[in-house]
Amino acid sequence: MRRRRIHDKFIEILLVIATIAVLLPLIIIIFHVIVEGVSALNYEFFTEELGSPSRAIQGKPTGLVHTILGTIVVDMLALVIAVPVGIGAGMMLSEYPDHMLNPTLRIMNDTLNGMPAILKGLFAFVLIVKPMGTFSGLAGGVALSFVMLPIIARATESALLTIPWTIREAGLALGIPRWRVVISAVMPAAKTGLATGLLLAFARAAGEAAPLLFTSFGNNYLPDQWFGFIFNPVDTLPQRLYSLAISPYSEWHSMGWAAAIVLLVMVILAFVFARFVTRGKVQLK
Amino acid sequence: MEINIMKSKDLPEETLKTVHSNTENQKTVMKNRMETKNLTVKYGSIYGVKNISLPFQDKTVTALIGPSGCGKTTYLRALNRMHDLTREAKIEGEVLLDNKNIYDEDINPVTIRRKIGMVFQKPTPFPTMSIYDNVVAGLKLVGIRNRSLLDEVCEKALKQAALFDEVKDRLKTPAVSISGGQQQRLSIARALAVEPEVLLMDEPTSSLDPQATLRIEELIHVLKKDITIIIITHNMQQAARVSDKTAFFYVGDLIEAGDTNTIFTNPKEKQTEDYITGRFG
Repeated sequence: MRRRRIHDKFIEILLVIATIAVLLPLIIIIFHVIVEGVSALNYEFFTEELGSPSRAIQGKPTGLVHTILGTIVVDMLALVIAVPVGIGAGMMLSEYPDHMLNPTLRIMNDTLNGMPAILKGLFAFVLIVKPMGTFSGLAGGVALSFVMLPIIARATESALLTIPWTIREAGLALGIPRWRVVISAVMPAAKTGLATGLLLAFARAAGEAAPLLFTSFGNNYLPDQWFGFIFNPVDTLPQRLYSLAISPYSEWHSMGWAAAIVLLVMVILAFVFARFVTRGKVQLK
Repeated sequence: MEINIMKSKDLPEETLKTVHSNTENQKTVMKNRMETKNLTVKYGSIYGVKNISLPFQDKTVTALIGPSGCGKTTYLRALNRMHDLTREAKIEGEVLLDNKNIYDEDINPVTIRRKIGMVFQKPTPFPTMSIYDNVVAGLKLVGIRNRSLLDEVCEKALKQAALFDEVKDRLKTPAVSISGGQQQRLSIARALAVEPEVLLMDEPTSSLDPQATLRIEELIHVLKKDITIIIITHNMQQAARVSDKTAFFYVGDLIEAGDTNTIFTNPKEKQTEDYITGRFG
């Protein structure tokens, strides 16, 4: 009896240590990012474009407004492309499990998920940048949508599969067409899972720099017109973070840390937003 | 009167027709709303049910009884093409609704399921919808938006299912907030709202307490004035209470079918007697 209790305690301690081992790096990273970057977060950071390094060195106003806006545009483009396709693929996998295309679809989805992100960028380069003759936010969005797609498809599938099959049969038995049952009865019931999937995909893609290197390319300035964010080279936070970090200017280093804070906050805000949107009145049993 | 419920393999069809046309009066009473002819359902090479021929008269209640795994549910689900969802399931033979095979090429399974409703073993409310939206789902989701019509249908269906008085003040609350028994009656109301001609019930009271069971049995008595009901039950008393006809299934075969009174008091087959008296099953 006593031995069992000691054993139990021992396992409990191991679990606590494991939890700390997971959380500690996260806390250290967040803490360090904030300490290093907070000094560069000022009004100009959110209102001015970056310009040449001399601006920062001479203490002229400089910031990353074009990067923040560019990130939002590129990520939104990626969502617009990946959400319908990804949810569609997920619906296909869960709602038509007997379909002959599904085994192939599943393998392709897993392959896409495991494919290095830089290859996805390369593919978007061939697909969009070459024909257009220029780097663009659109190309960046397409590249990131390849990152999001398999995550959304998988998350949609597993979210829909948590809804009992009897719900679908009940709908069919009322003479409701199958697609309508899925959209009106099954999807709403799975909305929390769906939103979590979208978020995971967003968070993952928002942090990717590799697919953007030769698609959205980067830019030190705001575009002349708003559509420059779509059709011209665009700056994004992960990629800018990288180029600031490897630059030889200490002013840019601290701006890089600040960019990391903004990226973190963006992802956290997305989580809060999704929680808010899916906070249903109904608690599913 | 009851002749045509006998196993149709014992009785040639011509005989049935002669009996039918004997008097005008009887002809209307004995009209077969639904009928299966040599219906076989296979999962791959495994038989679910074999060669079942069984008529269902208009405005009667038929109980399907038999031990678990005997193919009752498999049979019932073939009656409104629920097996369409499972690719392995193969259907042979015919299921006739008003003498038209529902498995014919030109039949749309969606419209067939509108005529042949189904209530499941467990309550199946759509989890994100209100009580009201659940009841009218079968109309609303096929594009009927007429508010006053929907209101009317909702009230009528809930009254039919003996649920209206309990929920009339909270029609807009989530359907999952009411009790299990109420949810089952809600599922029935939802099935009735699309005004089916035939209602299939797969052990509708198995998850309910005696009180709720009684209410659903009363409901079946009322409903059979208008529609044809086929009900699966494991409860012999229930079969005796609610049904006009009874069919006994055993390992995929239809052993005996006929008048409920006859089946329960004077079954022809020994297996039927053994099952009913509780000697096996």
